[in-house]
Amino acid sequence: MLLALAMASVMLFAGVGALWALAVLVVWCYSLWVGGRRVETGAPSPPFTPPRRDPGDAREAIAECIEQISLPLLLMDARRIIAANAGARAALGNHILGQDARISLRHPEAVRLLDLPDGTAVSIAGLSGPGRLWQLTKHRIDPSLWLIELLDRTGEVDMGRAHTDFVANASHELRTPLSAIIGYGETLVDDMGAENMGAEDIGAHYTGTMDAGTRARFLGVILREARRMQSLVADLMSLSQLEAEKHDTPTAPLDLGQVAARVVGEFAGNGPMRVTLERDDKKREPVFVDDPTKRHHAPARGDAPLSVAGDAAQLEQLLRNLIDNALKYADPEAAVTISLSADDRGMAVLSVADQGPGIAPEHIPLLTRRFYRTDPGRSRAAGGTGLGLAIVKHIVERHRGRLDIASQLGVGTTVTVRLPLLVPLPDPAT
Amino acid sequence: MMTEHTVKAFDEDITRLRGLIAEMGGLAEVAIGEAMEALIKGADSVAAQVVARDKQIDALEQEVDRLAIRIIALRAPMADDLREVIAALKIAGIIERIGDYAKNIAKRTGKIEGRARFEPLTLIPAMADIASEMVHDVLTAYAARDPAMAVAVVERDAQVDAFYDSIFRNLVSFMVENPSTITTAAQLLFVARNLERIGDHATNVAEMVYFAATGDYLTDRADRPVT
Repeated sequence: MLLALAMASVMLFAGVGALWALAVLVVWCYSLWVGGRRVETGAPSPPFTPPRRDPGDAREAIAECIEQISLPLLLMDARRIIAANAGARAALGNHILGQDARISLRHPEAVRLLDLPDGTAVSIAGLSGPGRLWQLTKHRIDPSLWLIELLDRTGEVDMGRAHTDFVANASHELRTPLSAIIGYGETLVDDMGAENMGAEDIGAHYTGTMDAGTRARFLGVILREARRMQSLVADLMSLSQLEAEKHDTPTAPLDLGQVAARVVGEFAGNGPMRVTLERDDKKREPVFVDDPTKRHHAPARGDAPLSVAGDAAQLEQLLRNLIDNALKYADPEAAVTISLSADDRGMAVLSVADQGPGIAPEHIPLLTRRFYRTDPGRSRAAGGTGLGLAIVKHIVERHRGRLDIASQLGVGTTVTVRLPLLVPLPDPAT
Repeated sequence: MMTEHTVKAFDEDITRLRGLIAEMGGLAEVAIGEAMEALIKGADSVAAQVVARDKQIDALEQEVDRLAIRIIALRAPMADDLREVIAALKIAGIIERIGDYAKNIAKRTGKIEGRARFEPLTLIPAMADIASEMVHDVLTAYAARDPAMAVAVVERDAQVDAFYDSIFRNLVSFMVENPSTITTAAQLLFVARNLERIGDHATNVAEMVYFAATGDYLTDRADRPVT
């Protein structure tokens, strides 16, 4: 068995291709089983009756072999799925074991593959949910056993689509500030008659009619629009970065409480007590981060780390965007409360609540779309790029979390992010 | 897995029935995906393919009907077996409707004008994603006989409804501002409506899955106000 694994991995490294290595591995397992049976029947030891072998044992051996392989694999006889490794179960569900393959696979193209000659590969869109693309290949390993290999190709397709989306969005949103910059710039240049002049001549021979106040205003517009473009470019970059890593879930454990405290600390300097962080566990005892004397007085459970698998920089950006929004669109005097807790379903719950004007219900489903604005004029005036919540949504999705936005007009908006906890919190009773 | 029956042919009949439902469901899922692709990209050939393939779904529904009647007549199923057959019969009818809605979306492909510059068109795919995810998950719940998963699908229907309300308002205000696009925008209203109905039907399937698995009825959802 070790030899088989070693050989398979050597072949993998030699670049022969995962498929061949896999085939060798499976054949090895099979021959080991056959060999093992021969030895047992050849030299029976009288006190022990050799265990009875039936064809099911070979299947079990193969099932054990494929379980260790990360590529999703299905082992089938003519109709049923006999074994599915962890990858395949994750993609199609635990119920597929022992089930009729037509019921488990369901997709017409996948069902058609079962009747196609061995070695055929088909690409199937939507096998494990809308928008997912899989390539299925059928290999025969025995007169009555087949191995179906599933290759997830969603990432490749997404990259292509993300690229076109990026170009379409970026061109429109970047053009607006650019045309303002160019327009005002041209006006200033025309006024100076400076187009064909050297730099040192301008001061001496200024012939324009524009007063200093107007000039300063125009320059101010240029600077503001250029800054807007800068933040837009930064947001677009992080969005496309996020899209590139969409299918690559972060694994590093970190304490959500620390991340939140860090970000809230950044905002704390801006004004007295506007942004506060609290641990919303069994005992409600707010921790005012911008008050150093109270910082360490949270109850014991409130101090228990909320351990999640995450990318620290991205989670900070997520929280920063949410707090930014809350400050930007809500009443400048009202408080913004960030609370952290764990729910009983093993999720860490992070919510950002403001006491702003609230968002009308018809806007809520569309808020996370790129460049969607409930009030375009106001958002632009506040310096928004229209990408903040789109970035938040992407970060949450990459962390396998959930994003909920609840809002009531005149009362305020609460954005809640749920991320799977790595370690369940200790029971508050203990 | 269900326990096996003494009469093996009965198990085979049930498996065949479930296989037919799975096949119908798979076709319906593909139909929704392709109909949306056709609509967004203006791919008339894909649209024609969706319309043509709907006949297969209809034929399968009849096959389910015949098989279910034969099982009831010949095997007189009881308890969970009876629920299985009745659920299959009803689910087949619902999936056939889902297929019709997909076909209806595909048929509107040719009626969208100025696709590249028509901004409301970008609102629809996100709604379609949720609706088709519901259909996908409910069919998986059926294959897995998983009542919890069915309940999760029912809960998600509110999202599709919220999307529908949102798109409805967006389209209406778009039409007010751009009267020249009313014909095209009105087509999209119907598309959004069809997607909303697909979500409702996924919920209906979920209710049958729950019934077949547990023998209880999912309590009716409170009726939401009409837009």
